[in-house]
Amino acid sequence: MLWAALGALLSHWRRHPGQFVTLVLGLALATALWSTVQAINAEARASYDAAAGSLGLSGYDRIVGPEGEVSLEAYVALRRAGWRVSPVLEGRWQPGGGGPALTLVGLDVLSAPPGAWPAANADPVDVLTGQGVLYAAPELAARLEGLDTGRLVRVSAGVPPGQVVTDVGTAEVLLERQGRLSHVVVLPEQPRGISDFRDVAPGLAREAAADPGEIARLTRSFHLNLTAFGLLSFGVGLFIVHGTIGLAFEQRRGMIRTLRAVGVSGRTLVGLLLGEVVLLALVAGALGLALGYAIAAALLPDVAATLRGLYGATVQGSLRFDPGWALAGMAMALAGALVAAVEGVVRVLRMPLLASARPRAWATVSGRALRGQALAGAVLLVAGALAPLVADGLIAGFALLAGLLLGAALMLPLGLSAVLRAGVGWAQQPLAHWFWADTRQQLPGLSLALMALLLALSANIGVGTMVGSFRLTFTGWLDQRLAADLYVSTSDAREAAAVAEFAEAEGLGLLPRASVDRRLGGAPGSLEGIVDHPVYRENWPLLARTDTTWDAVAAGDGVLINEQLALRSGLRLGARLELAPGWALPVAGIYSDYGNPAGQAMVALEALVDRFPAAAPRSFGLVAGDAGAKEGLRARLSAATGVETGAMIDQAEVKAISLAVFERTFAVTAALNVLTLGVAGVAILTALATLSGMRLPQVAPVWALGITRARLARLDLLRSALLAALTFALALPVGLAVAWALLAVVNVEAFGWRLPMHLFPRDWVLLFALALVAALVAAALPARRLRRTAPAQFLKVFANER
Amino acid sequence: MLIDASGIVKTYDAADGPVRVLDGVSLTLAPGETLALTGESGSGKSTLLHILAALDTVGAGAIRVLGQDIAGLGDAGRAALRRDKIGLVFQQFNLIPSLDVAANLAFQARLAGRHDPVWQARLTERLGLSEVLPRYPEQLSGGQQQRVAIGRALASKPAVLMADEPTGNLDEATSEAVLALMLELVSETGTGLLMVTHSERIAARLSRRVHLSGGRLGPPVARAAE
Repeated sequence: MLWAALGALLSHWRRHPGQFVTLVLGLALATALWSTVQAINAEARASYDAAAGSLGLSGYDRIVGPEGEVSLEAYVALRRAGWRVSPVLEGRWQPGGGGPALTLVGLDVLSAPPGAWPAANADPVDVLTGQGVLYAAPELAARLEGLDTGRLVRVSAGVPPGQVVTDVGTAEVLLERQGRLSHVVVLPEQPRGISDFRDVAPGLAREAAADPGEIARLTRSFHLNLTAFGLLSFGVGLFIVHGTIGLAFEQRRGMIRTLRAVGVSGRTLVGLLLGEVVLLALVAGALGLALGYAIAAALLPDVAATLRGLYGATVQGSLRFDPGWALAGMAMALAGALVAAVEGVVRVLRMPLLASARPRAWATVSGRALRGQALAGAVLLVAGALAPLVADGLIAGFALLAGLLLGAALMLPLGLSAVLRAGVGWAQQPLAHWFWADTRQQLPGLSLALMALLLALSANIGVGTMVGSFRLTFTGWLDQRLAADLYVSTSDAREAAAVAEFAEAEGLGLLPRASVDRRLGGAPGSLEGIVDHPVYRENWPLLARTDTTWDAVAAGDGVLINEQLALRSGLRLGARLELAPGWALPVAGIYSDYGNPAGQAMVALEALVDRFPAAAPRSFGLVAGDAGAKEGLRARLSAATGVETGAMIDQAEVKAISLAVFERTFAVTAALNVLTLGVAGVAILTALATLSGMRLPQVAPVWALGITRARLARLDLLRSALLAALTFALALPVGLAVAWALLAVVNVEAFGWRLPMHLFPRDWVLLFALALVAALVAAALPARRLRRTAPAQFLKVFANER
Repeated sequence: MLIDASGIVKTYDAADGPVRVLDGVSLTLAPGETLALTGESGSGKSTLLHILAALDTVGAGAIRVLGQDIAGLGDAGRAALRRDKIGLVFQQFNLIPSLDVAANLAFQARLAGRHDPVWQARLTERLGLSEVLPRYPEQLSGGQQQRVAIGRALASKPAVLMADEPTGNLDEATSEAVLALMLELVSETGTGLLMVTHSERIAARLSRRVHLSGGRLGPPVARAAE
């Protein structure tokens, strides 16, 4: 009996192949977009874990000197006192033969913590004797081999890109820093009873280990963004599934009544229906996973570039299959299908045996239900708006967004109904009158699809406005910030001095800059030293300042901090920031610093070099007064100072690189945006296609009274366009509210910067046109079907029901 | 002559070959005449009415409605003929669910550009629909819905009214009331009436009847009352 009953239920899909394809496609698309995001996140997490495992040094406490250096004598004293410590010497190194400067890290192969040395089975004799060995990632190693470094080069995948690891002795030679270590790392297990390190090496300070999950935490907001988008896409897809499953249940009411009448119990029927849903979910889920894998593989290189550009996080550019996200995707498909089916199943369970077999008004809903739904939407809106007031962090930001989007979606049908009712009142012509009234009657059947469209359009406007505002602000900010015409990296004091002499001789403005890595406000950051120059005073993008900001900084009495440091540490103008043990300065100004996830502070160069003599300026900005001075500047500088042209980069190049990083950052968001709009288009198509099969009884009398099929078809197209246009009208304010929430709440929490909101009416016009095209394309097939409906089909409406 | 049809042939394709539903049917309807078209279930009554109302196409034969050859009309021409000249009443009422009673009543007349508020008000009153004008079809009883359908058909002052089992879904008392009203209004307006029915009692109330059997018309039957 079970098989016979299941066969009868499944025969519905054989009779309605289009509905079957719609259902599977909807669920597959929803699963695909969700799985895409999960696959990308899983891949990134795996890479972070690998990175956290290989970055051996960051997981250990370190002992540092007040001036950014630990002398060799202090290190030896610590070792003699029994301390298990290992020396580290870091610096910028320009390999012979040119090219950009690299970070050179010198370690001691014998005492380095486990995992820190790049080659697990390196023979210390090889490393310590002879000319020395340089370890680098494959690409850099290949480049180093082509240069005249005078050292052996070995490939090690564990070394981050752009970094070279070598023995500390070799590093001393290459960096010309004999006996001056950057710091020493403290191994976790120390002998008992050793004396305090401050007694052994006075003046040194101990810094706590960096959190191994630093990168994971920094990038969390990015992945949360992706997850939110994945959920949104999944939700939009579920609208399709819900509509199709609900329709299938309604269409089978007669069959279900018959099955019950011939002896299939209600419980068995529910079991069979659930079994059917599970079967469909498995098929669609598998399809969605395959699709999701393909989309994720296509998007991953962009995501990897984003994470590298924005956070310095290294993620592999190729995707591996992970059963974790596959299972999660399948579970989502199952859960989504079951959620979509639950209403129908409950209805079957409650259906009296002698209930009418006529399809209940699937596509009609009472005004009270509409008002109830709108009320629920209003509650969600208010709850979302209150979220940032009662909670902090990204979760509150996303709660605001969710409340906004879902609340607006739930209120949409009532709003549209009101507009259409007004249309009925305005209409003068009988056909126009019918058109408005009929459109209003179609509303319940289309509302799920229109809600999906609203979500997609609002998200599109919101994200588009955010990205556009960001782009505009970022471009303007780059213009302010990149005030120098040429940026030069020097590898040693001689080159640095030569650059300064050249600038003086040519009458160019010189902006030397030095930098040391410091923990600022409890998190890793950098402390920069700058000189007092009109270029800074006139151009630097200050968000908060006083009349004496630049004077205070120039005098060494104040510090400038970036916006993210100010926000994260709650620092305002006048607050004191500790820059080193015993050195704290009041905040004299706050500047915008987009694209930098870390905290940054700027002090007078002299003050910095006083505290950290090792941080003598090695990079310079050159300001040319006129176009003539810019002409051939690179070549003249290289000829005069010996600095390779590869160590120079001009303003235009920096801008181009920065903008390229920016564009790639949002490439993934844009792709997901378009996909979500596509899913909404499919939702409209499926809703219209299913409605077109049900509304023949409504159209047939109008046709019989003398309106041609062609005209009816044109009216159907117009109806679809009208509903899309009305939905867009509501999506616009919702989208702008989403943009505000993204810019003023989510971005501040996620990245630490707040951006001004700009409006892009041209983008709205484009999106409006796109929505109209999507609606017209979706309506084209049903309209064509109506246009070609044989009169005999209409006549069945009048004759069949006898 | 309102309707002048001769030699109508209509064939449907069925699983076991083509089926000839109408086989050389000829029929006329004069102005002011009321004609009952009777026959067994499946005899082709509704098909014949649909063809005469320009709702369906014909395989062979000549049909002139108000002197116009409808076999030569395209989709738009047929639609215009229905809109301007014919009033239709169906067994299932087939009102427009999205419009209220008032709008349903006026719909065809306004489409045809012949909306006459005075006439519609009179119709509304005669049909007893004054109280239900703001209601929607789903809120009406079967008898009320059929009265709205008759009102809609007559509001446009058609030359010919075609009704397909207009009382088939109504109980006897309601059916009698609706029929009496329809005949009264037809007589008042001088409209010709072609009514499909399988009820001998109703057929007997009309001026003339023809019987369809096996796709062919039997001889006209004289009015029983006479």
